[in-house]
Amino acid sequence: MTETTGIPTTPASPGTAAQGISQQRGMVASLTSRLVILVPYLWLLLFFLVPFLIVFKISLSTTTIAMPPYVPVFSLDDGLSGFLAGLRELTVENYLWLTQDALYFNAYVSSVVIAAVSTFLTLLVGYPMAYGMARAPASMRATLLMLVILPFWTSFLIRVYAWIGILKPEGLLNQFLLWLGIIDTPLQIMNTHTAIYIGIVYSYLPFMVLPLYASLEKMDFSLIEAAQDLGCTPTAAFWKITFPLSLPGVVAGSMLVFIPAVGEFVIPDLLGGSQTLMIGRTLWNEFFANRDWPVSSAVAVILLLILVVPIVFFQRAQSRAQEG
Amino acid sequence: MKALGSIRRTFAPWNDPAAKPYIVFDGVTKRFGDFTAVDNLSLSIFEREFFALLGASGCGKSTLLRMLAGFEEPTSGRILLDGQDLRGIPPYRRPVNMMFQSYALFPHMTVEANIAFGLKQDGMPKADVEKRVGEMLKLVKLEPFAKRKPHQLSGGQRQRVALARSVAKRPKVLLLDEPLGALDKKLREETQFELMDLQQDLGLTFIVVTHDQEEAMTMADRIAVLDKGEVMQVATPAEIYEAPVSRFVANFIGNVNLLEGTVTGREGSALRIKGASGAEITAQNAPAGVDHGEVAFAIRPEKIKVSSHAPTNGAGNMMEGEVYDLAYLGDMTVYLVKLADGQVVKASALNSARVTENPLTWNDRVWISFAPDAGVVLTR
Repeated sequence: MTETTGIPTTPASPGTAAQGISQQRGMVASLTSRLVILVPYLWLLLFFLVPFLIVFKISLSTTTIAMPPYVPVFSLDDGLSGFLAGLRELTVENYLWLTQDALYFNAYVSSVVIAAVSTFLTLLVGYPMAYGMARAPASMRATLLMLVILPFWTSFLIRVYAWIGILKPEGLLNQFLLWLGIIDTPLQIMNTHTAIYIGIVYSYLPFMVLPLYASLEKMDFSLIEAAQDLGCTPTAAFWKITFPLSLPGVVAGSMLVFIPAVGEFVIPDLLGGSQTLMIGRTLWNEFFANRDWPVSSAVAVILLLILVVPIVFFQRAQSRAQEG
Repeated sequence: MKALGSIRRTFAPWNDPAAKPYIVFDGVTKRFGDFTAVDNLSLSIFEREFFALLGASGCGKSTLLRMLAGFEEPTSGRILLDGQDLRGIPPYRRPVNMMFQSYALFPHMTVEANIAFGLKQDGMPKADVEKRVGEMLKLVKLEPFAKRKPHQLSGGQRQRVALARSVAKRPKVLLLDEPLGALDKKLREETQFELMDLQQDLGLTFIVVTHDQEEAMTMADRIAVLDKGEVMQVATPAEIYEAPVSRFVANFIGNVNLLEGTVTGREGSALRIKGASGAEITAQNAPAGVDHGEVAFAIRPEKIKVSSHAPTNGAGNMMEGEVYDLAYLGDMTVYLVKLADGQVVKASALNSARVTENPLTWNDRVWISFAPDAGVVLTR
């Protein structure tokens, strides 16, 4: 047996020293990346979570004739005991109220249905547009994109008002159709669901077209040639290749239209007339007409919960798409 | 003329006047706006042939392939497949399949589903599809990767999937657009032989588009050299190499020395050609009827012998010069010899011995010599 005495063991080999440095570097890097992530987190905390908590707190309060029109009101002057006393005053009464009056349930269902139908219609209109843009000569694409975004340069409110001028019984559309002789009496489009669909499809079309365009534009069109070469008719090639590959865009576009459309207030208010039941209008009425802040806050919180479902679905689809 | 390319298998329907061509391009022209991609081109390809369309980018070779596949329609002229005019037949009804340069694998489908795609499209029963897909996976040695998606494969594996997918339907004709273009050199060389075996085994007609002359030489039965939408020459690789019909073809394939000169007379079947410096050479293999005018004698570097003394057997041509440059490549050495008139001639010698005594070096006075039939006389 040989002894290995006489060979000094190095206290710290160069390897471990280098490792130490790289570890330090790694820690610095991860710290910086954490700091970078911190910015959006802080933003969400300040401008989403805090306002949400305020709304949530109001939704648990009781309405009263005062300024602000609800109790309890938390104040820093009351100290801890005042805060605890205030907590005991909070109640789920408003949420129970929402289940007792069918108006709210009907408004939610009607909003979701109107938003879903409009989203589908927007997809039907937006897909061919995005497809045409993606297949247009590269030199024209920037111009086409510009044209899609151009309506944003005018106020949303004014553009929706403009549709009243087009859709009303003596409006441009009816005059034109009468002049063509297609109809004898003006069509009643204003104050119907059709008007709301037209308004939403028109207003939210860019939100559908842009993600669709992004996913179609990066698609390799030789895939379609390959599909045709292997025996697909152009229609079959569309459904088997183009559409599945554009699904991330379809989902993204649909979410971008559906989510704001559910809570839409301006379009149903201006184009849908008084009998249209949508949650955005209900909320508005509770808040401004009834001055019932707690109930309208509860309506808003439930609306958020309804929207969380499609958002989670959207996130899942996105992470799946990223995994490939 | 002695038979060129006798090393190839004895498959030569193009020499048989009774043989009926399988694919015929008959005066085909294709214009894109002002640009003429294919110009009044006629070409015949035979069944089971491995045919290469060779040319620089923009010569119209890919357009030719796309017209056969049905992605483009000829502006004028006809394309016949087995006697049937293909005009107006959409790609999905043509009995040809194409392997795309980008492979065009469907990214949302597994390897299996990619290969099965065309079969399902034809309404093949499920059990048969599975069996055929299994065969194809085995053929391209990708059985363990059946469930993978294209992005989980290497470039070479993707190329095999594309190949398997395009032959799965057993098309009458397989079109390959730069099939090996995306592979590295070593893999490319291996795959060349695999493609040849595959073509033999399946008995299909292959038309391959390539810009790589070595690839075309290795794989093809015949090569069509294209330039600016026109066919320059259609011949076997050996004929193209040893008997190019024009300066363009001679230059395009391999290395060549073009000894330019004027015809001064005939000597039996040979021509006497006088160069600019006044030196005369004797040259065989002239096109019929050429007995005057400006010509070029095209001779490959390996057909020229370089020696330090004047060769004694005076049968051939010889010229004196000086070693201007040389390159030792291991298997051979390439000499650039500057002649008296300033022209630089390239000659290569095989290094069959490991060590040479007194090897030639820079500025050595040397003699180059070559037989009168070691090259061809070109008028174009």
